[in-house]
Amino acid sequence: MSDIAIRVDNLGKQYHIGAIQQAGARHTYKSLRDSIANAASVPFRAARAMLGLGGHLQNDYDRTIWALRDVSFEVHRGEIIGVIGRNGAGKSTLLKILSRITEPTAGRAEIHGRTGSLLEVGTGFHPELTGRDNIYLNGSILGMRRAEIARQFDAIVAFAEVEEFVDTPVKHYSSGMYLRLAFAVAAHLETEILLVDEVLAVGDLQFQEKCLGKMQDVAATGRTVLFVSHSISSVQRLCTRALLFAGGKLTVDSSPAAVIAEYIGSHPEGIYTSPPSTTRPTITNAALALQGEALQLSVEFQSPFPISNPVLSFVVYNSLGAAVFGTDSCADPVSPPPPTSKAGRFEVAIPSGNFRPDRYLVSLWLSDQHADYCTLEMILQINLTGGAGGGLSPQFFGNVYLPTHWRFESIDAKSTT
Amino acid sequence: MTSTSGSEFEAVRAGLAGTALDSIPITIIVPSRGWVPLNLDELWDYRELLYFLTWREIKVRYKQTVLGAGWAIIQPLFTMLIFSLFFGKLAKVPSDRIPYPLFALAGLVPWMFFANGLSQSATSLVTSSNLISKVYFPRLAIPLAAVLSGAVDFAISFVLLIGMMALYHQAPPLRCVYLPLFFLLAFVTALGVGLWLSALNVEYRDVRYTIPFLTQFWLFATPIAYPSSLLHEPWRTIYALNPMVGVVEGFRWALIGADTAPGPMVDASSVAAVLILVAGAFYFRKMEKTFADVV
Repeated sequence: MSDIAIRVDNLGKQYHIGAIQQAGARHTYKSLRDSIANAASVPFRAARAMLGLGGHLQNDYDRTIWALRDVSFEVHRGEIIGVIGRNGAGKSTLLKILSRITEPTAGRAEIHGRTGSLLEVGTGFHPELTGRDNIYLNGSILGMRRAEIARQFDAIVAFAEVEEFVDTPVKHYSSGMYLRLAFAVAAHLETEILLVDEVLAVGDLQFQEKCLGKMQDVAATGRTVLFVSHSISSVQRLCTRALLFAGGKLTVDSSPAAVIAEYIGSHPEGIYTSPPSTTRPTITNAALALQGEALQLSVEFQSPFPISNPVLSFVVYNSLGAAVFGTDSCADPVSPPPPTSKAGRFEVAIPSGNFRPDRYLVSLWLSDQHADYCTLEMILQINLTGGAGGGLSPQFFGNVYLPTHWRFESIDAKSTT
Repeated sequence: MTSTSGSEFEAVRAGLAGTALDSIPITIIVPSRGWVPLNLDELWDYRELLYFLTWREIKVRYKQTVLGAGWAIIQPLFTMLIFSLFFGKLAKVPSDRIPYPLFALAGLVPWMFFANGLSQSATSLVTSSNLISKVYFPRLAIPLAAVLSGAVDFAISFVLLIGMMALYHQAPPLRCVYLPLFFLLAFVTALGVGLWLSALNVEYRDVRYTIPFLTQFWLFATPIAYPSSLLHEPWRTIYALNPMVGVVEGFRWALIGADTAPGPMVDASSVAAVLILVAGAFYFRKMEKTFADVV
């Protein structure tokens, strides 16, 4: 008897540029007028091409990109696979193909067993319906049988901690309750194979912990999980194997530790440069270096238009991808306050003595009151070692050192007499 | 959309080699091109989802409107009054020797089911885009649920029709047992047109704007305000290629005993409705593969 759960052979997905879903670009569908105009011009362009006049038969809709290409791997039963990669690496496309939401353009995939896919929590929830109604609705959308939902109903309600509000329309729920209920339904899906996308990245920390715990329980029951995540630490914690995607291809298939090392290792060192854009403010230079007792972060930006009150934000991550510390130029105001300008440089000093030796990654955001202009995720890296100048001695746990105040009082009765 | 991305799932369910108890469904995901089978057995597997989607449509519609189910009475009632006043009283349109208000209402009740089902299902895929881009299930369930949810409104307005019949001391003849067949014909027509329009609406958002125009046009092309007996054979049968002609005349014949024996008209309407539905279902399935990418 085979123990294969998922087998993927040379899977590929091609998108028409006109049809790809882009954040912010909602004009992905055509109007009838465009199609008619397009169809009408094809014979002319074909004629031009034949006459060698340099016409293009390919029209705008025919430009394509491969979101996923030549991907092959096998997943055995009971494995917990983490899928990591940057935005646009093809992770979500893979998940959408395996959950049959979209179809591949090439290749083949085989899934042995009932599959549940969680691409978001609360799919199909309706604010007018009560918690009870939404549990049934969402459960059936996720592929649960009515009898199965009825059997698990009490467990779902208890997990979500919404016992008193089960017959209240969910529009009256707090956002926390809503998310808990949504995750609770998903968590009680009893399929042999689970495909999960980033759903843990919601809710408060305490709830995320609860979700991770539930995922570990799922893993312990011997079910197969394919888990797409940006959170390196949860991949590290949950997964038995990891796949690294880059540019639509599977680049590394190995243990989580090896894949994470590769992923983080692929990041540049302490310097980043980029040409300025003519349309939006851009971070053009960034550098992170250790100078004496401080980490010096220096970030330059250029903008085609003047920005009033530019704000720089940054987050420091450890080598497992967990956020350690973050702040922005509003929390600790810049002096002097930045004037309205088209270009400028922020200089930040972060006390390095508070960081334990590790490899750290820094994400940067440039914004103002109106918009986020430039986001660079985990773009800078620095290695803090123990010893002179940098960090603390390795016997300390955790990523940061905080000054603490100590006292000692002897309470030994004999010594006082 | 060109056909280069043409591919479709082929879901195969089979038991693995092993004990009968341990059979595991295997899903095979491969690209395939062009026309694809309807996979009605898969739709049947998802019948509980279809039930919940229909139930959600109904529940939400009645919760979000102040008058709720009252609309199912108000719409046909007021249209009937207007028609009776202008067509019946002023224009003196004949009504096959049936009191004009009853004549109009017997046509309006199935018509409203059709028109609402058509417009609900035509926009259903776009309004359910969050489901389509996040979960897999047979997409046919969405327009199907939209049409099915109209059945409750139909039942309510049908009570109004019964009330009107009582008012005119009109006992239903024995042939009213055929009524479910005419309802089925209205359902098949609404679903068939709804499948075409919903699939087109994903690709071409213009479709949404044509729906009010289409239903209005269709209303006048259907013998609701006037009897089809104004036409003579063979034009009457050809006219019945509009499936709603067969539905409306069938309703009148089965319920209030209009002497318009609908025989060949119902045949023509049924053939047309089934053709629209079958072609619509295949077209829908062919377009289905692009829904999640485009919607």
